Amino acid sequence: MAASPIEAGHAAGRAEPNHGLRIFLLWLPVAVAADLVIWIVWAPHLPPGSMSDTAHSQQWSIQFMAVLAAPVMAFVLIFAAYALIVWRHREGDDEDGPPIHGHARIQATWITVSAVIVLCLAAFGSYELAGTGFAGAGAGEGPSAIWTPTGGTPLQIQVIGQQWRFTYRYPQFGGFETTALMLPVNQPVQFNVTSLDVIHSFWAYQLGVKADANPGVNNIAFTTAKHTGKFIVRCAELCGLWHGAMTNYGNVVSMTAFRAWAAKTRVQLAAVTAALPPYATVYDPTVIPQINKAVAKSGITGANGYYYPPNDPVQP
Amino acid sequence: MSLPARIVTLLVAFLAVAAGVAFLCVHYLLASPPTVDYSAGVAANTGATVHVVMQEDPQNTVSSHPDWVSYFIQDPKTGAWVHTTLFSVPAGSKIDMTILGYDGCTPLRNNLWSGVTGTTGGVAFENGKPFTVLNSWSGCNVGHTFSIPAVDLNVPMGSPSLTATLCGTSPCTTNNPHETMTFSFMTPRKPGTYFWQCRIPCGGGFIDGFGGPMQTFGFMTGNMEVVS
Repeated sequence: MAASPIEAGHAAGRAEPNHGLRIFLLWLPVAVAADLVIWIVWAPHLPPGSMSDTAHSQQWSIQFMAVLAAPVMAFVLIFAAYALIVWRHREGDDEDGPPIHGHARIQATWITVSAVIVLCLAAFGSYELAGTGFAGAGAGEGPSAIWTPTGGTPLQIQVIGQQWRFTYRYPQFGGFETTALMLPVNQPVQFNVTSLDVIHSFWAYQLGVKADANPGVNNIAFTTAKHTGKFIVRCAELCGLWHGAMTNYGNVVSMTAFRAWAAKTRVQLAAVTAALPPYATVYDPTVIPQINKAVAKSGITGANGYYYPPNDPVQP
Repeated sequence: MSLPARIVTLLVAFLAVAAGVAFLCVHYLLASPPTVDYSAGVAANTGATVHVVMQEDPQNTVSSHPDWVSYFIQDPKTGAWVHTTLFSVPAGSKIDMTILGYDGCTPLRNNLWSGVTGTTGGVAFENGKPFTVLNSWSGCNVGHTFSIPAVDLNVPMGSPSLTATLCGTSPCTTNNPHETMTFSFMTPRKPGTYFWQCRIPCGGGFIDGFGGPMQTFGFMTGNMEVVS
């Protein structure tokens, strides 16, 4: 029987091409092109935009990681495609592949490159989160913030989640509470996020701020808006029938406009503000004295605070 | 059993199961209380006045949840009380709302909702007396609220005297102790569905008082359909 061309090639000891060089030459232009596209074309449109320092920081982080990841992904795809084409099974080739005994240099390179990439990402992420002059994560840091912004005393805004609306309290302006979220541009803001009932999540998308609103917890998040305009606020934690409708728009305005709004709103809401409990970082409706006094007047019987825990089917 | 008989039996069984699933979907998932139409014969976006009448009761004895607090809406054509919380109104019209408050008091979790917002003149009336704040913590005098978040409407509903014997059969009649709450507001010019809710934690037996009737159409939440 006549030998196949492959067998004939093997028999002739045909020299293997330099696959590594080939793959590298294929990979290099693709990786450079991908990174240029990401850096120049895609980056300005990456979420969540650049309305605040936290949003811009998140956008930059995504951009940086995408630039790092693209060459890796390109290498994987090109290697797979190269293998499929060059090392595909050919008609008449029934021969076993050569035994593989490992290749110390390739393995060392692989592990080193992977480790360097992962360690770089970890260092980059940590520096971005906590480094001086950066914007933090924009996420809730709990009641004791591990990172605080520089640049003066932040404006305090309390975010109160309740089924199914966020309300906002301004303790530095007499403690008025409103359904409108207004903040000044270029002013560090400290959101004190809490809830009066179930778990909600305060997500100011364009500001790059997202913090869980837990009952009995003050979850602190920071941001500094860099541009005026509207941003959307959504609840990001399934919280009941109208969770999907628990949304509103916030507004970033100039400092002058903010002060005017705050002064006007403080006067407009004075009567309601007088009926609110003193400002606190959290509110437990079951122990607010005024509520219990009103409940006592009504003759309602029930558990502590009379707000009907699941095992207490007491009716008013 | 022959092959054709087996195939027919299988098909019939399959169709029976499919019909059962479809029935469950239609009956339980898509079922909805009726919508009371307040838009008939009223042109949209003309500022015409529409008078909507509702009542809130301490119970709902016409439902499968007789111990759940509930709103009812009056049919403008027949005057009958309908067990629903869905109503339609014309866009760009003035709503004169009357809500008869038959239920007793429960304090708000957030007393912000003691304030009136979104009404014409920023005011509401309890038995004809104007108010801008009805402090639910000062005297336990608020039974529920009527709130449409999308138009920033919030009106606390006064409750009968603490010593009054509350109505025990729904729908209540004006012979029972009640507070008459009135206010006006403009509907949006843009047609759409605007949900409304009560902000008093009146879902007795449920966590934070916000389950059961608070999350069920026909009781303490519903839709205002704004039509063009």
